[in-house]
Amino acid sequence: MKKILLLGSGALKIGQAGEFDYSGSQAIKAFKEEGIETILINPNIATIQTSKELADKVYFLPVTSEFVRRVIEKEKPDGIALSFGGQTALNCGMELYKKGDLRKNNVKVLGTPVPSIITSEDRQKFADHLKKINVSTPASHAVLTVGEGLKIAKKLGYPVMVRAGFALGGQKSGVAHNEKEFKEIAEAALAFSPQILVEKYLHHFKEIEYEVVRDQFDNCVTVCNMENFDPLGIHTGESIVVAPSQTLNNYQYHLLRKISIKIIRSLGIIGECNVQFALDPKSNDYYVIEVNARLSRSSALASKATGYPLAYVAAKLILGKSMTEIINQITKITQAAFEPALDYIVVKIPRWDMEKFRGAEETIGSSMKSVGEVMAIGRTFEEAVQKAVRMLDIGAWGVIENRFIDEKEIWHYIRIPTPRRLFALAAGMKKGFSIDRIYQETGIDRWFLSRIKNIVDAEKELLKVEVLRAKPLHHLQLLNLKKLGFSDRRIGEALGIDELEIRSLRKKLRIVPSVFSIDTLAGEFPAKTNYLYTTYWGSHHDVKPLGSDGVMVLGSGPYRIGSSVEFDWSCVNVAFNLKKYHKKSIIVNCNPETVSTDYDMSNRLYFEELTFERVADIYEFEKSSSLILSVGGQTPNNLSMRLDSYGARVLGTKAKDIDQAENRNKFSDLLDKLKILQPVWKNFSNMKSALKFAKEVSYPVLIRPSYVLSGLAMNLCYDEAELKYFMKRAVDINKKHPVTISKFIPNAREVEFDGVAQAGKLKVYAIANHIEHAGVHSGDATIVYPAERVRYFSGVRMVEIATELAAALKINGPFNIQFMVKNNQVYVIELNLRASRTFPFISKVTGVNFAEVTVDAFFNKAKDYQINYPNYVAVKSPQFSFARLEGADPVLRVEMASTGEVACFGETAEEAYLKSLISTGLSFEKKTALVTIGGDENKLHFAESIWKLKNLGYKLYATKHTHKFLKSKGVRTKLVSKVYEGKRPNVVDIIENKKVSLVINLSEKGDGNQLASENKTDGYLIRRATIDHNISLFTDLNAARLFVNALNMYNVKELKIKSWDEYLK
Amino acid sequence: MQGKLILKDGSTFIGTSFGYEEAKAGELVFATGMIGYPESLTDPSYEGQILVATYPILGNYGVPDKNFWESSRIHVSGLVVSQYIDTPSHFESKMTLSQWLKNEKVPALIVDDTRFLTQLLRDKGAKLAKIIFDKNIEFYDPNKVNLVNIVSVKKVIVEGKGDNTVILIDCGAKENIRRSLLHRNIRLITVPWDYDIFSLKEKIDGVIVSNGPGDPKMVEKTIEITKAVMAKKIPLLGICLGNQILALAAGGDTYKMKFGHRGQNQPCVEQGSKRCYITTQNHGFAIGKIPVGFKPWFVNANDKTNEGIVHKNLPFMSVQFHPEASPGPMDTGWIFDKFLNYL
Repeated sequence: MKKILLLGSGALKIGQAGEFDYSGSQAIKAFKEEGIETILINPNIATIQTSKELADKVYFLPVTSEFVRRVIEKEKPDGIALSFGGQTALNCGMELYKKGDLRKNNVKVLGTPVPSIITSEDRQKFADHLKKINVSTPASHAVLTVGEGLKIAKKLGYPVMVRAGFALGGQKSGVAHNEKEFKEIAEAALAFSPQILVEKYLHHFKEIEYEVVRDQFDNCVTVCNMENFDPLGIHTGESIVVAPSQTLNNYQYHLLRKISIKIIRSLGIIGECNVQFALDPKSNDYYVIEVNARLSRSSALASKATGYPLAYVAAKLILGKSMTEIINQITKITQAAFEPALDYIVVKIPRWDMEKFRGAEETIGSSMKSVGEVMAIGRTFEEAVQKAVRMLDIGAWGVIENRFIDEKEIWHYIRIPTPRRLFALAAGMKKGFSIDRIYQETGIDRWFLSRIKNIVDAEKELLKVEVLRAKPLHHLQLLNLKKLGFSDRRIGEALGIDELEIRSLRKKLRIVPSVFSIDTLAGEFPAKTNYLYTTYWGSHHDVKPLGSDGVMVLGSGPYRIGSSVEFDWSCVNVAFNLKKYHKKSIIVNCNPETVSTDYDMSNRLYFEELTFERVADIYEFEKSSSLILSVGGQTPNNLSMRLDSYGARVLGTKAKDIDQAENRNKFSDLLDKLKILQPVWKNFSNMKSALKFAKEVSYPVLIRPSYVLSGLAMNLCYDEAELKYFMKRAVDINKKHPVTISKFIPNAREVEFDGVAQAGKLKVYAIANHIEHAGVHSGDATIVYPAERVRYFSGVRMVEIATELAAALKINGPFNIQFMVKNNQVYVIELNLRASRTFPFISKVTGVNFAEVTVDAFFNKAKDYQINYPNYVAVKSPQFSFARLEGADPVLRVEMASTGEVACFGETAEEAYLKSLISTGLSFEKKTALVTIGGDENKLHFAESIWKLKNLGYKLYATKHTHKFLKSKGVRTKLVSKVYEGKRPNVVDIIENKKVSLVINLSEKGDGNQLASENKTDGYLIRRATIDHNISLFTDLNAARLFVNALNMYNVKELKIKSWDEYLK
Repeated sequence: MQGKLILKDGSTFIGTSFGYEEAKAGELVFATGMIGYPESLTDPSYEGQILVATYPILGNYGVPDKNFWESSRIHVSGLVVSQYIDTPSHFESKMTLSQWLKNEKVPALIVDDTRFLTQLLRDKGAKLAKIIFDKNIEFYDPNKVNLVNIVSVKKVIVEGKGDNTVILIDCGAKENIRRSLLHRNIRLITVPWDYDIFSLKEKIDGVIVSNGPGDPKMVEKTIEITKAVMAKKIPLLGICLGNQILALAAGGDTYKMKFGHRGQNQPCVEQGSKRCYITTQNHGFAIGKIPVGFKPWFVNANDKTNEGIVHKNLPFMSVQFHPEASPGPMDTGWIFDKFLNYL
């Protein structure tokens, strides 16, 4: 084996996120050690695996059988690894296998044989297989139609569980309590999958998972088991999860372990697999729910929870190694044939961002909606769960959050699973709801409920303490609260005093957290591990401070909309480059899906909270020389003011200068002083003056709350009615300074400027432009490098502005400016004094590592870079996960909604764009399209594209006005009626029956606003139906035009297969 | 109530009591299993030892009915945990762990930093220790006592039906050894550690020397009986203490380990193969010199200590780990089948 092709997972999306950057990166390292060349296909440019230091060759191309086959033909690898790139890689591999492309090209599938994968993925085959080896599965039947399914459901008796076959993250599955619900779920599932599974629903069963590893010599170990806090019915990705299990006894633990091993053996899996069980809380009855014959989100979690590098080991095993030959790099004592013993408990909580999606349903269930997760380590459940809550970075400081109106609302949130359930449990207990009653309603094991009650009881005791000054908290009570995971801030809140006072009291009483290491063997042997956490259940530290050699680098925390793998890339690259200056990196992060939390990415890793309290604790313990807060996105950046005033040494731009950029008033004054243009804006607290202002500057205007609260953020208003509507809502939330209103300039270009400055001097920069007009959030925009749509003199002006701002704010380190260009005038929309989302993209397309320059700048050693205009183009496209979010309006807005991104290279923007669209899942099954175009301007601008589509042989459907307009231009389309017209088949029927493979829906008001989804307009219904039926959708004029141009210029089958280095050389 | 854990070197740890409040002394050891406390506490091999659980949370699923225990009583002299759970949740739970400890008169303490205790024992070796409340007591070295005599059965028990008769020499055998054998249709005769098995006037198809507490050199009588079994070439299996006894009987030697192996994740590689088994272990002594005629059967993958020996051509074999599991992984139950095949 000399050359291996590794398939990545593509863009981050709900159900398939950063964990595959972790697994792919570990695999590459494992292969590299064996002297094997790795060819990686992954269009996710923000990942760490697609770095020069890792894969030998990277193809930023779609992970589809067509593209992969062409890479195989070019590269002629000896083997292919399918299990490190999630469901995407696995599905692609199965397709290649079935088509015979692997056999034809003599490519060996490494690890688990494909027929085994097929068995584990096909639900009926798998159920039959388990039956053969006497393993129980829930009575279940695979069916191909809703009608067949209804018969089965009736036979099994409601409620029944409906699942889609071959889907990732439980997509489109759910519990049906009656025929009506069954039909809804089954229809949705069949839109995505050729088969559905109807199963007996196991009410309030526990859900338990095992991570199993097997080598070719038949050695098997279970690295970890995990127990879901929520009973069966909530997807494990949506559930709070603990490791190890807490409510199983020895017999149950080992029964399920034995069965997991039996399954992995029977399937002949080599590498890693995950087995999910349902376990009766009242007996030892169990059922196998699912098996994943690949690395998964759970295996990433298990890796971080135990310190056992699952992906690395799996990679070695698929090369044919024995587990006993693989030394555990954490301990250097144990080897891979080992089951970690934990002496701590791990709690994972998913992070949802439902309020970011207009109209999306809040409930959680058997299909995934969460966008990220956090993992907390503690010596008790109480300590860990309270840490985890804070790690979520949702403004909650512990499980007790008094955000419910009354008991009725609390019961509602206890009964209906939503992201708020954990808080409702605590709130209910505070009101005196009994554990038994809550158990009856939720099925959450009494063990967990009792632990939460323990926290609630401790707070009740705390509230009995009089005002601190009058009667100070005594040592034991404060220590006890800290041991139960209370933050200084929460204790302070309860007593009505500042957290810093609690902190100083705590330090006076010598109550500081201990630093413990994760060594996989519960302290049995001395192990030199650098994987650490803090706890108040200690009387010693496992490690000594690194002292002045240490530099702390704060990671991004949980992935969420707007903060994702791109910040992990920056964090890892910055930590890595500290070596150059003989500094030791100390990474702090709490996201188990990341590469930054791999034990070998830093000199020390703290799997910890990114709160002021904990960061200060670590800083003080380590006696670190300094902290880097500007490369992990907004979460660490938000700490800069507090840490600075606390006296910590922060590398980079000074906190007061950051404040000048982030405070809208101060920044605006600065721009005025420097004579830099900005859109007109003002703060408002009353309706009358707001309306007057809007009229003066003319609509549309952009409205945003001065203080962002969930569920209410930026919106575009096109008329007075809309402004009134949003203004009123904002006033309800904050009466003092409800909103900022700014003039919105339509049809303007938006440009991203990324740079690094050193002591106020610009050292390196890159300019890229958005395809969409300004008004689409930069995280949702399609971005082109080089900025080919920016005129030369506009570019010069931008560099000039950046230079002036860098000097004025004494910028030291990374920054990003969003510019807007209209009529050749350059406006500044925003300046961020931190590494932006586009950092890895820009670094990889220019070949200059901006993270490295950042570190150089921190140490005053940055060179001046002049980046030449390239002879290639790269396009970064957003990945949306709307399909997973029932009800959400899939439209581009001023607020970000995408969950990931991809980027591809080409000779033209069109070529790169087409590749990137295919990477995000665009398919070209049939040459049929539906076009509904609102507004005369849109119609005129899109007319040429319609002609092109027609010439390409597309059959077009159109709604009334579009049809009429196109007819006047001599283009024949098939007229379809809108929903409100009442005729059938209407436009939604056309979509639901999959008559079209492409929908172009341009609304008059540019990109839609919230009212569309709330009022269920036709546009909304069209968009939603399109997404729900897995059909490609365009809602932006410029993007749609570029797409049609690309189709016109390129044959998809002939797009160039060129690796990253072939473009950059 | 507060209690103190005092080590021979003077180190003292204050903890909250959740067991019986009466002083006890013994040898302080740690175990790394994350699960199975009812099984561990009733394992006779722990006789005379104060156990530190490295897993910080204990008591989660209460205490099951006696039928599920590994012997009729708790054998540890004391228990130390980090967090004790008094709200167990399990359908088989009959009482809380605290209630059980009180019923059985076993002291137990909650000491926050059990990791520190573990590191202390790991670095300095197993230590004599005591748990005291108001009244102080002397230290007690269980390794100087014939513990086997305390825990072994007092009379012969015959049970099960089958064509083959196996003698189980009970040096403190765990219940699951008996269950594992009866399950395989064996006529089983359990005898005390010092019982002359040839006085039984039975056809003996095989002999098993069980696990048990303490130093193997304390049980000379068992060693003598084992020698006689080997002389008669009767198939022989040693488990844990039985492994050490078999080695001594065959002319090998044993030694006291620094802190022993107590856990459910000990990897043992079968020699001459690439197969590795995850095993349950609970021992402080190990085989040093391998007796003539024997070869190593298993070796610990972590510290390379011997984990079992097998005779080069006669049906004598023994393992340091627990093929009966309980607690722990059920991966090596095949050892019983292999042994029974020789009958």
